[in-house]
Amino acid sequence: MLERAHILVCGGTGCTSGNSKKIFTEFERILKDNKLDGEVKLIMTGCFGLCARGPIVVVYPDGTFYQHVKPSDVEEIVVEHILKGRPVERLLNKEKDEDGSVKPFNETAFYKSQHRLVLRNCGVINPENIDEYLAYDGYLAYQKAVTEMTPQEVIDVIKASGLRGRGGGGFPTGTKWQFARNSVSDKKFVVCNADEGDPGAFMDRSVLEGDPHSVIEAMMIAGYAIGADQGYIYVRAEYPIAVSRLQIAIAQALEYGILGDNAMGLGHKFNIELRLGAGAFVCGEETALLNSTEGKRGEPRQRPPFPAVKGLFGKPTLINNVETYANITSIILKGADWFASMGTEKSKGTKVFALGGKIHNTGLVEIPMGTTLRTIIEEIGGGIPNGKKFKAAQTGGPSGGCIPASLIDTPIDYDNLIAIGSMMGSGGLIVMDEDNCMVDIAKFFLEFTVDESCGKCTPCRVGNKRLYEMLDKVTKGEATMEDLDEMEALCHYIKENSLCGLGQTAPNPVLSTLRYFKDEYIAHVRDKKCPAGVCKALVSYEIDPALCVGCGLCKRGCPVGAISGEIRQVHVIDPKKCIKCGACIAACRKNAIKK
Amino acid sequence: MKTLEELQAIRDKMKERINNRGIAGENDYRVVVGMATCGIAAGARNTLKALTEEIESRHLNNVILSQTGCIGICKYEPIVEVFAPGQEKVTYVHVDAERARQIVASHIVNGKPITEYTYSYAVKEN
Repeated sequence: MLERAHILVCGGTGCTSGNSKKIFTEFERILKDNKLDGEVKLIMTGCFGLCARGPIVVVYPDGTFYQHVKPSDVEEIVVEHILKGRPVERLLNKEKDEDGSVKPFNETAFYKSQHRLVLRNCGVINPENIDEYLAYDGYLAYQKAVTEMTPQEVIDVIKASGLRGRGGGGFPTGTKWQFARNSVSDKKFVVCNADEGDPGAFMDRSVLEGDPHSVIEAMMIAGYAIGADQGYIYVRAEYPIAVSRLQIAIAQALEYGILGDNAMGLGHKFNIELRLGAGAFVCGEETALLNSTEGKRGEPRQRPPFPAVKGLFGKPTLINNVETYANITSIILKGADWFASMGTEKSKGTKVFALGGKIHNTGLVEIPMGTTLRTIIEEIGGGIPNGKKFKAAQTGGPSGGCIPASLIDTPIDYDNLIAIGSMMGSGGLIVMDEDNCMVDIAKFFLEFTVDESCGKCTPCRVGNKRLYEMLDKVTKGEATMEDLDEMEALCHYIKENSLCGLGQTAPNPVLSTLRYFKDEYIAHVRDKKCPAGVCKALVSYEIDPALCVGCGLCKRGCPVGAISGEIRQVHVIDPKKCIKCGACIAACRKNAIKK
Repeated sequence: MKTLEELQAIRDKMKERINNRGIAGENDYRVVVGMATCGIAAGARNTLKALTEEIESRHLNNVILSQTGCIGICKYEPIVEVFAPGQEKVTYVHVDAERARQIVASHIVNGKPITEYTYSYAVKEN
């Protein structure tokens, strides 16, 4: 029976944490109560991208976009919208057309400038049902590759498309496939790197949660192209939804004979196994990942030999990132020219970013390469909250750097980001405003890499630790100007001498903030001041006697009893007792307390 | 184990079922059923069911079936509006299951609106 309406409930991690599972079961129950269960189809999808407004429910064919839905809203949606055809106004996206009607959600500012290619099925299909993936031309790309193309032709198409690795480095994907194909061996492997560890990044997670079959199909195509019959997906155990949907997808593909000894009856064998990582950041580095997949300690290996020559279990191995694989099926089906028509000269296609930090529309966005940071932040992201000014954007996580406000019109692609001292990374994009201290940001990321360094090589293990201590001195106002120069020298030393990508990129946050925000470092060192008011050692709290009305709210709010003063008299903060927690600022109604 | 033909059959079958999952394009027919209290009381539920079955059995993948609230002429319910691409909307009245099937066959498949079932005709006759 054809269903007259489809209700899509977001089952991504963001909306799930907002109780979308309960929303789904409420829909099930209430649809049944109203005898609508045969007429209306209810689906749990992957991420819609606009996580800031979650949990999200979309009703087709109208394309009604409900945001901030609570389980208690479900009955109203069913009775009003599904039964009587009246959308529930109060839950709608408030963006209106010029004529006052609510815009279809694909025309709102958040979605309009996006180009959803990797995320094409996220928020559209039920990721736990292989039939829905098939409906969107699923597994046709593999069929086309095997029946109409030779392995070399597949690789030639990938090369011609200009696709580059989406894990961060940006190595040409076709060339990588060619290396793996050229290696002669009785056994080869295809590996998917789903160990996404950057703080604030969730692109790969959302692809796996929303469209797991697209990754499986791409790995099958890669297996055909390089001559491998076994695939491994290395995914973080901290991604339970992604893991369970991958397991379901693999089981369904096996049941349909899509995976197996005779994949799709086309005469090639391909199987996929999952490997769960325990959350070590270094395991996102390809050689450490291979070690961990083999059951060894997650430490990087010396390169060369590269994995394409000697990888998993000593055999030639092709290793790509989730998002890279998610591009493959479209390229095979629609051709290299179609893909190469998007993006800039040297960076083709699109890139998914996890937008976070001081921005209205936090969430998952996919843009054509070459889109400016301004478009992402001001249009798609909806700008900075509370009327604050944009200060910098951090890309590439702990391996990347900051893009200052002065470079907001830089078109984003691999080479431009490297040129301005950052990097694409896997796609975390953290927006910062004037309340963020850049020294503190650099320290935050460096603290992360110090924790995550595997300890195998000295420059990374000891060098980053020393670098962190120097940064700590800066934030406490104890550093000298000579320390800043020494820091910079140490950064270069670590970059040049570390064994793997983790160490080679770890000083990037420090270097790029030193480059664009040197004045902030100098303010910390010479003036002993933190301009953003973040570094506690350099901040003191004072009450402005002209504004204080002596109400006593701050005194009651202070957890350490540092504030004294009689009622209707000016109050005073004792700097010796003050722990700079900010509770008094929150309590004061007259804005009398200054940092 | 599914053969390539069986996989293609699943794709074709599912394509029809997900046809509703998208915002109507310029070349789609939009069929809207009045589903307020008045419409439902007059039997709009059966009308909707008949429309669904007819669209499915004829494999019409350019039709978006939707519903709306009270149009304001309750005594003519169940009411069905048909928006054909590039044409004025046609409002049908007193649409029971039988009329619904005829409307799909005549108006949507063959491009001939059924004048006798329209609102303007009903008003003139009375």
